[in-house]
Amino acid sequence: MRFRGKLIDIACIQHFTRVVTTVSKIIKGCVLRITPSAMYFILSEKVINGGIQIWCELPQGHFFDEYAMEGVSPEANEIYLELAPENLVKALKTAQIAKWVKIKLTKKHTPCITVEVDLPTLGSHSRVVVHDIPVSVVPRRLWEEYQEPVMPHYDVSIMMPQIKVLRSVVDKMKNLSNVLSLSANQQGELRVSVENDMVSVSTHFEDLLNPASSRDDMGQNSNQCEPDEYFEVKIDIRKFAQFLAGQQVSPSRVICNIVDNRIVHFYLVNDDVSLQYFMPVMVS
Amino acid sequence: MPMALSTQTATDDDQNILLARIDNARSVSNILKAIHFKETATVFASPMGLKVTVEDAKCIQANAFIQEGIFQEYVIKEEQITFKINLTILLECLTIFGTGAVGGSCTSLKMCYAGYGRPLVLMLEEEGVLTDCSIKTLEPDEVLDFNFSSTNVINKIIMKSECLKEAFNELDMTSDVLEFLMSPDAPYLRLSTFGNAGSTHSDFPKDSDMMESFQCAQTQTNRYKVSLLKPSVKALALSSRVSIRTDNRGFLSLQYMIKNEDGQICFVEYYCAPDEDVDDPEH
Repeated sequence: MRFRGKLIDIACIQHFTRVVTTVSKIIKGCVLRITPSAMYFILSEKVINGGIQIWCELPQGHFFDEYAMEGVSPEANEIYLELAPENLVKALKTAQIAKWVKIKLTKKHTPCITVEVDLPTLGSHSRVVVHDIPVSVVPRRLWEEYQEPVMPHYDVSIMMPQIKVLRSVVDKMKNLSNVLSLSANQQGELRVSVENDMVSVSTHFEDLLNPASSRDDMGQNSNQCEPDEYFEVKIDIRKFAQFLAGQQVSPSRVICNIVDNRIVHFYLVNDDVSLQYFMPVMVS
Repeated sequence: MPMALSTQTATDDDQNILLARIDNARSVSNILKAIHFKETATVFASPMGLKVTVEDAKCIQANAFIQEGIFQEYVIKEEQITFKINLTILLECLTIFGTGAVGGSCTSLKMCYAGYGRPLVLMLEEEGVLTDCSIKTLEPDEVLDFNFSSTNVINKIIMKSECLKEAFNELDMTSDVLEFLMSPDAPYLRLSTFGNAGSTHSDFPKDSDMMESFQCAQTQTNRYKVSLLKPSVKALALSSRVSIRTDNRGFLSLQYMIKNEDGQICFVEYYCAPDEDVDDPEH
């Protein structure tokens, strides 16, 4: 197993940092999957722990100037590592003005992701900061737990409203209940609501787009419903608020897909990064 | 269900015995924050406007007045409507779109009440996003009558709030009491605390620019629990002028004049009973 990558462009370094920061705000620990074409940050929670799944894909060519890897074996040319994304964020903190950043898989006392940051100096000598982030290698027999989640046949698909507005609303709602009802229909309407024994609050967003995708055409059943019919999920409001608070990437689009009463799937698309966030309904 | 709720309120406007609409919900929420030191508040609605009352320990009462003219529309079908409501929840709802004054975006509010046992319904809108809230109303409690009448007022001072703000923000919270001395003679107005680290006195000269009116008939020294007066800092912070009055029993009235973002003026008042234990040996 070998891996080394080098980021040179400052915009790439900063963008990479933003992506990792976003991931670190949502989760404490995740799996970093390295393949010849891309890097992935993956979370796959057991249902009993909430069942949240995250799938964040960074095509390496968009970020790395040099990228070389060698997987476990030629036929399984991949690497799976467990790490705390927060540590990677800390390591990248010094990199915001760097000349270059190298990210390598190294063997110190334990396997480590080593981040080398070359900082600019006035003199001729170089100034390199090295961070070693301990990781644990995920054995091959466990890889299947970290496969790309299957996109469910959702009942409704809708573009999310401005994250800033939604975040402020959900932050307030968080003080009123632990459970948030999120619902949407095919007429561009999205609704978030909470209820407790004293109050019910419901916020409506209108004039949102319903992206028509090929998946939609395949899932024939979605065409049979009335366009104004709402599909709903009840989710953990704290986790949802955390997800909204973590958005650093300012994605060009965030799509919300709802499978009635089962799962909600958020799909954040930037030109070069995509993040998928699956949140099952709360089991009460 | 919230859905059912919103359709109900949209069509049944004539069922409401109270309907108030305002273009800037912050005018309401800011005033209510100034009296938010307890979970629940009693709302009195009359053709004059809304009075919202919060009390604690049977010793302090805060009233916020939002007169009818503050609202763009104010319709009331009864002489007096009274209900109790969870103020914390009401404030969460009023500020659902955030409290930041930046960007110039403004939350409009429509508030409806259909009568005893019915919820208070709020409809908030900001930049095309709508929020419906339905807050349960509760059986109103009797509120305290401090019987504070202007004929019994001994001393009265009106001053700009600025100089009091400093004194109140630095109140020594290790002191149990805050002593008000008001007198026709020096030191005129003195606030004192007696804490672990010693006593502090703040004097306010009678002829300073900050003093707008000074009508003190006799020297009065009264003590009030710091813990009870501390919440009034919120009102003080928002206010531009404050009137300090004491009556013959030593009761304190603090009236705050608060200008909202549209330049309209609202009032918040605090009544506080004197601290008995300390008064006893003196009188």
